[in-house]
Amino acid sequence: MTAQSEAIALPVATRKQRTLWGDVWIQFRKHKLAMFGLAVITLIVVGVLAGPLIYTKDPEYIDFTVANQPPSLQHPFGTDNLGRDGLARNLFGGRISIAVGIVAMLISMFVGSLIGAVSGYYSKLDGPLMRFTDMMLALPLLPLLLVIILLFRDTLRAMFGPETGIFLLIVFVIGILNWMPTARVVRGSVLSIKEKEFVEAAISIGTNENTVLLKHVFPNVLSPIIVAATLSIANAIITESALSFLGLGFPSDVPTWGRLLYDGKDFMTFTPWVVIFPGLFISFTVLGINFMGDGLRDALDPKLRE
Amino acid sequence: MGRYLIRRLLTAIPTLIAISFVIFAILDLAPSDPTGNLPLTIPPEVKEQIRESLGLGQPFHIRYIKWMQQFFVTEPLNILEETTGITIGDSTSRFRLRSWQTRGPVIDLIIERLPQTLWVVGLAYLVSVVIAIPLGVISAVKQYSWIDQTATIFSMIGFSVPTFFTGLLAIIIFSVHLGWFPSFYDTTHQVTDWPSFIFQVKQIILPVSVLALFQTATLNRFTRSSVLDNLPQDYVRTVRAKGFREYYVIMVHVLRNSLIPVVTLVALGIPTIFGGAIITEQIFRINGLGALLIIAIQGSDIPVVQSLTFIFAILIVLFNLIADVIYGFLDPRIHYD
Repeated sequence: MTAQSEAIALPVATRKQRTLWGDVWIQFRKHKLAMFGLAVITLIVVGVLAGPLIYTKDPEYIDFTVANQPPSLQHPFGTDNLGRDGLARNLFGGRISIAVGIVAMLISMFVGSLIGAVSGYYSKLDGPLMRFTDMMLALPLLPLLLVIILLFRDTLRAMFGPETGIFLLIVFVIGILNWMPTARVVRGSVLSIKEKEFVEAAISIGTNENTVLLKHVFPNVLSPIIVAATLSIANAIITESALSFLGLGFPSDVPTWGRLLYDGKDFMTFTPWVVIFPGLFISFTVLGINFMGDGLRDALDPKLRE
Repeated sequence: MGRYLIRRLLTAIPTLIAISFVIFAILDLAPSDPTGNLPLTIPPEVKEQIRESLGLGQPFHIRYIKWMQQFFVTEPLNILEETTGITIGDSTSRFRLRSWQTRGPVIDLIIERLPQTLWVVGLAYLVSVVIAIPLGVISAVKQYSWIDQTATIFSMIGFSVPTFFTGLLAIIIFSVHLGWFPSFYDTTHQVTDWPSFIFQVKQIILPVSVLALFQTATLNRFTRSSVLDNLPQDYVRTVRAKGFREYYVIMVHVLRNSLIPVVTLVALGIPTIFGGAIITEQIFRINGLGALLIIAIQGSDIPVVQSLTFIFAILIVLFNLIADVIYGFLDPRIHYD
């Protein structure tokens, strides 16, 4: 009946064709703070990617004659106690901080969606997997992160070199300890979607279970995953900065924003700009991502659309 | 309710055992050697003896069981003896859980550090609850008013700006430029008279406000959305239709229902704030539990790290349990069977 009426209605509706993502974008644009967040994030990402190509000062170049200088035309973000250029270091650090955020997000989203989807769809695995998730949620994350990084740092450095080793370790540990909320959200959505008629229809025509999960159920839980992914980038950036701030993140020749804060905090009483700029970068990135996440949540939820 | 409580307690036990195993295994299987930091002039046989004396000679499962025994039997017995003064069994020859750095019992170290952390963390939490809940209610009742907009912006800032940046900013502004407060927390300070009390208040203001800002942000948003969920409900309309004043409607009917999830969030947040305190303690140089953990991690003091991490885990499990129980107690719609 409904299919019939739709078939009749279709030729009448000669409006411009609208896609799912087009709708999302229309909705997203209405959210002022989200657009502000998007602008900030675009600015920062483009800045750290293209910035070092235009602003070609070496972030590691030490020049004691210009040490501890306040922001000026020569050094827009000032210089640190070794005379290294603040802007160059912040731009370079941003690349690493954002890379950590994105890679850690990919890991936690992959693990989280996999565990969530499997435990929501295959009821036999639901109990054990959710117990496992609960246990992971009860782990004290920050202490555990610190411990794991301290204990495995030297081994990974020896294996992959000082920078790649620590990058892999930090990204892996942050990713592997942050998938639990995603798994829960995905499981919840899968549980409700697998009861829907279209899934029943797919099963009734003999579609194999894995195909149903991948082709029919999974695309429908994509929106909570996207929201969770956005927010988890912010979370990963904060976690990495916190680790670096405690002196257990990247080594000092890899200037991530957190590491810049850590290195600068002993000098902040007389050269406050060495902590203010990286701190502002972290804060604006996280703020922008959070606003975007808020906007995406609203835009992806068809119930909230007018 | 009673049966539910027992069942929850029983499921908490395997969770805790699994967590203790994970914590023990990570620390134990890690390729780091507690004797690695000793001078190279110590001959290998002596190093081996040191390892033996630290209890590292035995196989993994024996050490795990011994650690569990120390953690759950020996140390609680010792605390009991110290607090009550009774001697239970052979207390002097009991193998205590000792720090590798100080050689003192781990529990003593923790008891020594606990008050500082509890003061700062507890006070910050209290402040944030006292600010966040009324503000959240006002924000929801006067949605989109200037109070709501300001609270929203402040929450977003508190939520996004990490404590290690707000802490540093607070020090730069309030202690370096304005000179209002000291930049670090003096734990040895004793409150004896009025001026020393004033000093105590001054030095605790910065760390507490930094921690509270973050916590307030989360709680405030949560309270606001919870009240907003309740406002359009039928029972609110009924109360209004009966002619009660709006103040009464909000304070008595809406508030009681909207605070149910907030109370559980408050309970759930208590253990996580200990994690946040690690950073705040580092910024303001408070020698609390977080600082102890950092020192122990840097010195590969495995017994202290294991115990502290496990205590944090126990707190999380415990407050999860408390949150569930409170929820069931406050919300009569929830039936546990």
